[in-house]
Amino acid sequence: MTAYTSRVEITINGDRAAHDVEDRTLLVHFIREHEGLTGTHVGCDTSNCGACTVLLDGDAVKSCTVLAVQAHGHAVTTVEGLSGPYDGRSAVQEGFRQCHGLQCGYCTPGMLMACTALLASNPSPTGRDVRHALEGNLCRCTGYQMIVDSVLWAAEHPADNRSQHSGAA
Amino acid sequence: MIPAPFRHVRVDTVEAAIAALIEHGDEAKLLAGGHSLLPIMKLRLATPGVLVDLGGVSSLSTIRMDGEELVIGAGTRHRDVHQSPIVTSAAPLLAYASSLVGDPQVRNRGTIGGSIVHADPAADLPCAMLALDARFVLQSSTGLRSIGVDEFFLGFWTTAMDVNEVMVEIRIPRQETGWSYQKFTTRSQDWATVAVAVAGGRISLASMAETPVRAGAAEAELAQGKGPVAAGALADAGTRPPEDLRASSDYRRNLAQVLTERALVEAATRR
Repeated sequence: MTAYTSRVEITINGDRAAHDVEDRTLLVHFIREHEGLTGTHVGCDTSNCGACTVLLDGDAVKSCTVLAVQAHGHAVTTVEGLSGPYDGRSAVQEGFRQCHGLQCGYCTPGMLMACTALLASNPSPTGRDVRHALEGNLCRCTGYQMIVDSVLWAAEHPADNRSQHSGAA
Repeated sequence: MIPAPFRHVRVDTVEAAIAALIEHGDEAKLLAGGHSLLPIMKLRLATPGVLVDLGGVSSLSTIRMDGEELVIGAGTRHRDVHQSPIVTSAAPLLAYASSLVGDPQVRNRGTIGGSIVHADPAADLPCAMLALDARFVLQSSTGLRSIGVDEFFLGFWTTAMDVNEVMVEIRIPRQETGWSYQKFTTRSQDWATVAVAVAGGRISLASMAETPVRAGAAEAELAQGKGPVAAGALADAGTRPPEDLRASSDYRRNLAQVLTERALVEAATRR
């Protein structure tokens, strides 16, 4: 079998990442294995659970269902790229801390990125908005209520809800 | 899960994509948003040797009116279809159905053309296309051809497209009649257990056969002036609903009847 490779350059959290990778490399593996950023998790690996959610040019996407070559020339933000005024944490991250929006934490990186994208497009969501926005993220611990509370906490705290590198307008 | 090895070919025009399809023959598959193709490649249900990536073909992601016809580029993302004021005005059923595809992350990547050519009988958009009487514009090395939705879906994951054709446009007559889309799922991000689309006198069903199908008997009842209850009772006539983990075939028949009645009641309020 021939291994087809391509040079892939992606701006990740503001830094340029360039690697020669197999064409079949998934974005999540580019991020975790080639860049060593292991905050992004692989959950179901079937584009159901959302643990692998990152921002691609500001949009939440499931990085297990995007090829690294498809992200060539684009900007990606991972959970490592979130930052803000709460001891370095963004308002969304702080909301999860204040409202206990996690237990085991496996789904949390994807939740944080999906919630960050939500607040960038809808800064004042209702609880219903939050639940709809998180349709693509599964959590087996919390029962979701505390995650919804966490996002509403973040929305009520007028810090910069967006990451510094999201590329969102 | 990682797809079997393939070669990625980046193109920036439809013509280049067609040339690549011709060059690589049966080995090649078109890649748009990848949210139907990549999951089945990861499961090794598909093992194309070459992926021709349409992601850089910006001419495929446009939304405009051409007279009384809504024209949507096949590479337009579900999110952009859902949020388009033009689509909301000309084909509100499509704007709404696009908001129910998968989940927000899927809608940020998946495309209208990708969903249609994948031709999953449980998917939202093929069913919506059938109710909306859409036409598809296909481009090949010999030029453009147009095909109506009633001739397009041939079987499970199978369409009337030739292997060297690219879907470039979806054309939908401006909708002036009542509409409804009723999707039943047990989890919000699921494919439809059953879905019903109503646009004027056309009624289509998802997950009731190997392809999206029209509820012909219910449409005929409606055309004779009968109401939602009488028409809904015939919604499953002539269908072949599958039996799977989500639902039995009888349960789907019942759902089709109930959802069709609901859809017709709702559509009547929008006339």
